[in-house]
Amino acid sequence: MSNQDTPLLQINNIEVIYDHVILVLKGVSLNVPKGSIIALLGANGAGKSTTLKSISGLLGAERGVVTKGNILYKDQQVESQSPADLVDHGVIQVMEGRHCFEHLTIEENLLTGAYTLSGGRKAVAKNLEMVYQYFPRLAERRKSQAGYTSGGEQQMCAVGRALMSNPEMILLDEPSMGLAPQLVEDIFEIIKQLNEQEGVTFLLAEQNTNIALRYSDFGYIMENGRIVMEGLASELAENEDVKEFYLGISKEGKKNFRNVKNYRRRKRWLT
Amino acid sequence: MIYREAGVYKTTYRADHAIFTIPQDRWSMIGIFAIAFLLIPAVGSEYWLGAIMLPFLILALAALGLNILTGYCGQLSLGTGGFMATGAFSAYKLATSFPDMHIVLVIFGAGLIAAAVGILFGIPSLRIKGFYLAVATLASQFFLIWMFDKFGWFTNYSASGVISAPPMTIFGDVFITGPEASLVAKYMFTLSVVVLLALVAKNLVRSNIGREWRAVRDMDIAAEIIGIPMLRTKLKAFAVSSFFCGVAGALWAFLYTGSVEPLAFDVNRSFQVLFMIIIGGLGSIMGAFLGAAFIILLPILLNNLPTMLGLNIRTDMISHMEYMIFGALIVFFLIVEPHGLARLWSLLKEKLRLWPFPH
Amino acid sequence: MRIERDIIYIILAFIVLMVVVPWTAGQLSDQIFFNWPFFFEVAIGGLLSGVMYSLIALGFVLIFKASGVFNFSQGAIVLFAALTLVGLHGLGLPMWLAIVATMGVMFLLAVSIERLVLSKLVNQEPIILFMATIGIAYFLDGFGQTLWGSEVKVLSLGISEAPGFYFDGQILINDFDLFAAGIAAVMVVGLSIFFQYTRIGRALRAVADDHQAALSVGIPLKHIWIIVWTVAGLVGLVAGMMWGSKMGVQFALSLIALKALPVLILGGFTSVPGAIIGGLIIGAGEKLAEVFLAPMIGGGIEEWFAYMLALLFLVFRPQGLFGEKIIERV
Ligand SMILES: Nc1ncnc2c1ncn2[C@@H]1O[C@H](COP(=O)(O)OP(=O)(O)OP(=O)(O)O)[C@@H](O)[C@H]1O
Ligand SMILES: [Mg+2]
Repeated sequence: MSNQDTPLLQINNIEVIYDHVILVLKGVSLNVPKGSIIALLGANGAGKSTTLKSISGLLGAERGVVTKGNILYKDQQVESQSPADLVDHGVIQVMEGRHCFEHLTIEENLLTGAYTLSGGRKAVAKNLEMVYQYFPRLAERRKSQAGYTSGGEQQMCAVGRALMSNPEMILLDEPSMGLAPQLVEDIFEIIKQLNEQEGVTFLLAEQNTNIALRYSDFGYIMENGRIVMEGLASELAENEDVKEFYLGISKEGKKNFRNVKNYRRRKRWLT
Repeated sequence: MIYREAGVYKTTYRADHAIFTIPQDRWSMIGIFAIAFLLIPAVGSEYWLGAIMLPFLILALAALGLNILTGYCGQLSLGTGGFMATGAFSAYKLATSFPDMHIVLVIFGAGLIAAAVGILFGIPSLRIKGFYLAVATLASQFFLIWMFDKFGWFTNYSASGVISAPPMTIFGDVFITGPEASLVAKYMFTLSVVVLLALVAKNLVRSNIGREWRAVRDMDIAAEIIGIPMLRTKLKAFAVSSFFCGVAGALWAFLYTGSVEPLAFDVNRSFQVLFMIIIGGLGSIMGAFLGAAFIILLPILLNNLPTMLGLNIRTDMISHMEYMIFGALIVFFLIVEPHGLARLWSLLKEKLRLWPFPH
Repeated sequence: MRIERDIIYIILAFIVLMVVVPWTAGQLSDQIFFNWPFFFEVAIGGLLSGVMYSLIALGFVLIFKASGVFNFSQGAIVLFAALTLVGLHGLGLPMWLAIVATMGVMFLLAVSIERLVLSKLVNQEPIILFMATIGIAYFLDGFGQTLWGSEVKVLSLGISEAPGFYFDGQILINDFDLFAAGIAAVMVVGLSIFFQYTRIGRALRAVADDHQAALSVGIPLKHIWIIVWTVAGLVGLVAGMMWGSKMGVQFALSLIALKALPVLILGGFTSVPGAIIGGLIIGAGEKLAEVFLAPMIGGGIEEWFAYMLALLFLVFRPQGLFGEKIIERV
């Protein structure tokens, strides 16, 4: 990970409000360097998805707005751009819960991902080939209606669909949701490959802290709309508090009340 | 911080189960009742009582019925007019076949007949969903109106086609239908029926059956899997909803227009009531009233606007422009608050709860 | 398009009914006249008038397929297009120029609907969008008539309305109806190809499935909606020209939409060919019932017969004959 030049994506102290009254993000800042895999962790409702949506521009469709702070992608402000613009710039989000087009076949789903792609049929065919290479399972099911494929296949379809647009950065929301542990491992393995071979940068929101930290370079932990902890993935994985509260491992094996207190104190200090 | 739950201590289950647990809510409800039952009949002009309050209350009742079906149970229906017509014609048949029957029984009997018809037309809802169901309910709308129009039995073979509601009394000698009835009596009777049924509805939707309805609305297969009997739950919603619409239809024919005619319940009536619940707020009892008030008052306002502004426009022009403005305002309201006036109201409460802080 | 076996059974059963019921009625009742040439004349007339309903249903299908919006304003669009065409022609434009200009107006209409309404309601529940289209319908009805007046206007396309005699002069068919059927067939083929095999067509179907996901892959909803509403406007213009020259350009055109709804649920909201087959079934069924059944039960049944017929079909196939299956999973 290189920290010298400016990061690919930079979020500066953003605040997000839904429906004019519901304050969800209360000053979130994070950096995503080019070519890295960054994990965004936190409990349910911490605001991970909201952070991703505010980057990709999908917030508007849910009546949410970024009211303070800014988001820089390649030094350009993007918080008021449409999702289509962002896909054009190379940022694409894979939404939580897959969201395949259920009445379209798998192949048609993938083809919609190439909507913004310029370069004609050849470029589309090339990308399709690449996606089938990474996800052979999809090639087998190419003619089935997406609504009738399994959860794992739909997740692959969603990731594959995003790949069709030649993205530089993928915002991946809970890829492990509802998948068998082995399949989760496979998906993360593919993420790693894509990162190394195609140079795609990933920002991924995950509940599965364990695996996310194993595959990422750097991690942020969110709670209640704030970032409460950040660090190299390997350091976070070793951190006692993270171990205790997110990985469910503690040194003494049983609940350690001194740590609970320590964590509470830390949290209060940060908020 | 004017409006809040904090500081309200409930020491009994009864208090916790009360409809209005917050004192501010309770007091404002009492205030509204006082205005409705005491002030309006005392000071309301003939025009206000007869041309605004009566149709408002009656259509609010129909909207309440539709809201149970559409807002709470998720079954989109365009057959409201048909069920109202069923209520109106049943009331007429009951009142003419059994001249001694008490008006309250006539009206509630009409509601029950409408409920039965509602159940009949609700059966396809087990298989048909969403907009397919909406269009299918139009079948009941057109069929019922055609039936009442076509078969003389429903109108007692009246030659002129116009049939008027027979005069009926309450408390022995107070006329509430027919030419001798006073507007105040009609108003008070309608108001009592509507308030009573609104309270029934409010309690129904927060009871077990109301929760079943909402479960079916939010995801019917999931509801079925946790053991909610689909057909029975949906049919209950159709029955209750049609009961409300039937009573509303009977009130409309007997108390408001005084005559029973199928035209008053055509498909436009169905759309009007649907507008009320959408503008008012789906799945909200108060929304039905707010929506009805809005939809009743808006055309009246639009109609009087040119004269108020001193403009001189041809009448057919006015009616076309009314259409235009009505349509535009509907769209405008949907954009400003897709969840309706009731949602606007709860956002306001949310703000008051936090006031003077923004978040 | 895959045709499942039960669809064929349903249609066959229906055709048998359509023959048997009139024949039986003719045997049983003295009021009802039945012979085979007359039966075919009624049936063919019905099929052709059904195509006219299909023209309107097509506009609905387009918008539903492409955006999941149940567009109640299609009837109002038909009226508005016809009014504009006749109005511009009346101002002295030659017919072809008036048609081109009206196409332009339909495009502007699509742009305004997208800008002012749809873009503000992205991701709202279907019922909210449905209500918004009712609002649009009211607006257009009022706007068109404010602009062009509300008296009945004549629209002539120069096609003879004279009846032609076919099959040794035994069966009488309106040439105009044949022409309309031809137009409808061309439109259906064109639209089916557009939806199934083009990039835009695929994007349109994607939007119908899931607005938010479509946004997330970079499909600009704005353009998509402008495209489909323009196409629906053009289909509406064709329907308006056909209906307008048949019954005059008047407010009643807007109400024909109510006639197209049963066609729609019978064929399925999402199927372009379904709109045509639904139209044929409803048209034939309605005409046959009117001639061979109505005298027995009191007449005036055309108000509801189509709906009951469609309801009957729905009980067997809840998504219409050719509609996409509603995929339900927990
Ligand atoms: N459209 C919305 N309108 C109002 N509030 C919302 C909306 N979407 C999310 N929220 C609220 O914002 C908070 C954060 O939600 P978000 O979806 O970002 O959480 P998350 O960290 O992704 O959680 P999870 O791990 O469960 O996906 C939640 O409290 C939620 O209630
Ligand atoms: Mg999330």
